[in-house]
Amino acid sequence: MIVFAVAAVSNRKMLRSVIYLLFVLVGVAGIFFLIDYNFLAAVQLTVYAGGIIVLMIFSVLLVHHIELELELAKPLKQVIAGITCLIGIGVVLSTIYTHDFNVVENANTTTTADIGSKMLSYEAGGFVLPFEVVSILLLAAMVGAIIIAKGKKLVNKTED
Amino acid sequence: MIEGITIYEILTLTTIIFFIGVYGFLTRTNLISMLISVELILNASVVNFVIINKYLYPDVLQGVFFSIFIIAVAAAETALAISIIINLYRQISSVEVKDTEIMKY
Repeated sequence: MIVFAVAAVSNRKMLRSVIYLLFVLVGVAGIFFLIDYNFLAAVQLTVYAGGIIVLMIFSVLLVHHIELELELAKPLKQVIAGITCLIGIGVVLSTIYTHDFNVVENANTTTTADIGSKMLSYEAGGFVLPFEVVSILLLAAMVGAIIIAKGKKLVNKTED
Repeated sequence: MIEGITIYEILTLTTIIFFIGVYGFLTRTNLISMLISVELILNASVVNFVIINKYLYPDVLQGVFFSIFIIAVAAAETALAISIIINLYRQISSVEVKDTEIMKY
């Protein structure tokens, strides 16, 4: 997964880096399967691998010629960004390894029914309000995306 | 939890993926590539939520809900960003950051 992530951000051909991103996402879905969150893995596969990757491939094909090579950032900028990221990795990893996690041994299997009933419960600890807010957000994002992508034509029509 | 794999190893993996995303976001000059880096960052955080939920608090499901909401927000964000990019490409025929000077038409 790390190799594919590096390839996704360093490859100079757009389409290939999108495909490497697809491999990273499928690897994440594999982790979800391994820890028995099957619903989450299915969501990951359908939303990311099915939806987002297809959208990205469409946009790459609309925007670029396939063989177009991207220009790279200046070497100085790359070095500075690399050093910043290495420092960040060092800080976070040292924090993680000095912290003593209280790991609970378990083999619980979470079914989709558990997730559904907890998510739609309106008692304490239920998640029905954020659920509805997210549904409104998705609707607004869809309408907004259509308006933006169609922008000019709609404006012209209303002017006529 | 996964047999034989400690929480430290998975947190190390997600940390590295997160900072690869940050590196890509800082160095790429192309809007779609920056979007790919943002996806990497979001995915690393999703895995963190789920792993901490599973390893430390296996009786509750809060981490799963947060990751579902993160995935939904990421999908909305990607759709909007791609529509903006396509609209921008129609107007200035480029998706490089340095060419993007006007965002209002």
